[in-house]
Amino acid sequence: MNWTAIKAIYIFEMARFFRTFLQSLISPVISTSLYFVVFGAAIGSRIDQVDGVSYGAFIVPGLVMLTVMTQSISNASFGIYFPKFIGTIYELLSAPISFLEIVLGYVGAAATKAMFIGVIILMTSFFFVDIQIAHPIAMVLFLVLTCISFSLFGFIIGIWAKNFEQLQLVPLLIVTPLVFLGGSFYSISMLPPVWQTISMFNPVVYLISGFRWAFFGLEDVPVATSLLAIGFFTALCLGAVYWIFKTGWRIRT
Amino acid sequence: MANILEIKDLRKSYDGGFEALKGVNLEIEEGEIIALLGPNGAGKTTLISMICGITSSTSGDVKVAGNCIRDDFRAARSLIGLVPQEVALEPFEKVINTVRFSRGLFGKSRDEAAIEHILRRLSLWEKRNNAVKELSGGMKRRVLIAKALAHEPRVLFLDEPTAGVDVELRKDMWDIVADLKADGVTIILTTHYIEEAEAIADRVGIIAKGELLLVEEKAKLMARMGKKELEVQLTEPLDTIPKSLAKYELSQTHDKTSVVYTYDTRGERTGITQLLNDIAAAGLSFRDVSTRQSSLEDIFVTLVQEDAA
Ligand SMILES: Nc1ncnc2c1ncn2[C@@H]1O[C@H](COP(=O)(O)OP(=O)(O)O)[C@@H](O)[C@H]1O
Ligand SMILES: [Mg+2]
Repeated sequence: MNWTAIKAIYIFEMARFFRTFLQSLISPVISTSLYFVVFGAAIGSRIDQVDGVSYGAFIVPGLVMLTVMTQSISNASFGIYFPKFIGTIYELLSAPISFLEIVLGYVGAAATKAMFIGVIILMTSFFFVDIQIAHPIAMVLFLVLTCISFSLFGFIIGIWAKNFEQLQLVPLLIVTPLVFLGGSFYSISMLPPVWQTISMFNPVVYLISGFRWAFFGLEDVPVATSLLAIGFFTALCLGAVYWIFKTGWRIRT
Repeated sequence: MANILEIKDLRKSYDGGFEALKGVNLEIEEGEIIALLGPNGAGKTTLISMICGITSSTSGDVKVAGNCIRDDFRAARSLIGLVPQEVALEPFEKVINTVRFSRGLFGKSRDEAAIEHILRRLSLWEKRNNAVKELSGGMKRRVLIAKALAHEPRVLFLDEPTAGVDVELRKDMWDIVADLKADGVTIILTTHYIEEAEAIADRVGIIAKGELLLVEEKAKLMARMGKKELEVQLTEPLDTIPKSLAKYELSQTHDKTSVVYTYDTRGERTGITQLLNDIAAAGLSFRDVSTRQSSLEDIFVTLVQEDAA
């Protein structure tokens, strides 16, 4: 294992993040604040409480998850797509490293950035609502796992994408709807029964449920199921990455 | 001296079935400069890309200092530096950071003195804190070289280093190559400029349509393959060439004061003695004779034409 190479990729990618540090932060922070204003203040004044938690606080885990998932995907997909796009991928391919090191470097950096922004969002939310975290260790675990698995997913998208449109396509058409319908802003139990059943096919439901449990001890699905779901998703992404590694798909001609 | 690079029957068919390389064999000694000369589409970039790990080979073997590029790819690639044909650089990063990145990527520990040495050698030191996108085209090419040298490779591939580069920069590039050779770096460069191969290579390989037609020491190549021209200056201008000299297929200079005889140095007999005798027998007298060696360009054109025929 070429740790020096992993470090080099990681540092180089993080440098890109810090070069545009303000842009990287401002947009998620502003959009989160808007969510608080719209959902927390406007809708929250009518909903009042969900299972004993004020609505403003209730949406915090969902908002953090929403941000972390989209950030992981966009960071990781862009991170590996950009070298393909500008041609600097030649250097990765000619270096004495295997695909594993490339994945660790890029996915590690993307996950770190997403984690960073997730934490900032959480801190922002403290300005709006009063929250206590019931299971801090589980909360961090869920956050880290989500960052890693969605960064892996983003990495796959970045390898797959042949142009910028495709790069945006999967997040826009699949991920955003799944995340919005995954219970970020409501409890699944608030839905009519049919929609509750349909929601069970949405993997994001399990992640948000588990994450919310870490905050309030509330769960739409048992927390063990949530862990299993995220483990399964991670394994799926790892499998896909392994296959890409073996076949050189869309990387080596 | 030992071979640093051994290429055995290397082939490449692209996905569409197009055969870009048709079995290349080549051995390269440590410390030499070899130029692969060939027209666009000959397969030069394909060859380099396979050796460096960017493209997978369809069949064949490559060893770098005894390390197979597939089985011992880490050892093999650590020894190689690649300067690609197209300029591809992270535009927003500082020059020095892109070079540091390259060094790390190849598994070498951080060494600021080494980085400084490389940047100074390529006249990039003053620009080290500039973003890459602020540099001129020539400077960007230097950054590519600096990146390729960052891990102190023993073999350097330069894929058309001077394509589209102005004359001054080309000369600079040649100086850099000479400089690296002095350090013992083996250099493999591709080019479609014959003058480039002529100016800097120890050996020249001629590649066309996916085949390495020949590899020769530059001097030998020119001597062995070279056609020579013998110019005979006559005392009086000559209107028409006498019939008795027809078999020599002489050409005339514009002012008709000289006839030019082209002969092949490879031949058993060059026919010079007989030609001069026959000129005298035809009643012509001559003032002077001179010979001229044909350039690599002529050799190249001849070879590629022979191949096409
Ligand atoms: N990825 C590819 N897919 C299909 N054909 C290719 C690909 N890359 C190069 N070729 C073809 O292979 C031949 C050799 O190309 P290349 O190695 O780039 O030549 P050179 O570097 O000598 O100009 C060309 O005919 C080119 O069109
Ligand atoms: Mg080329």
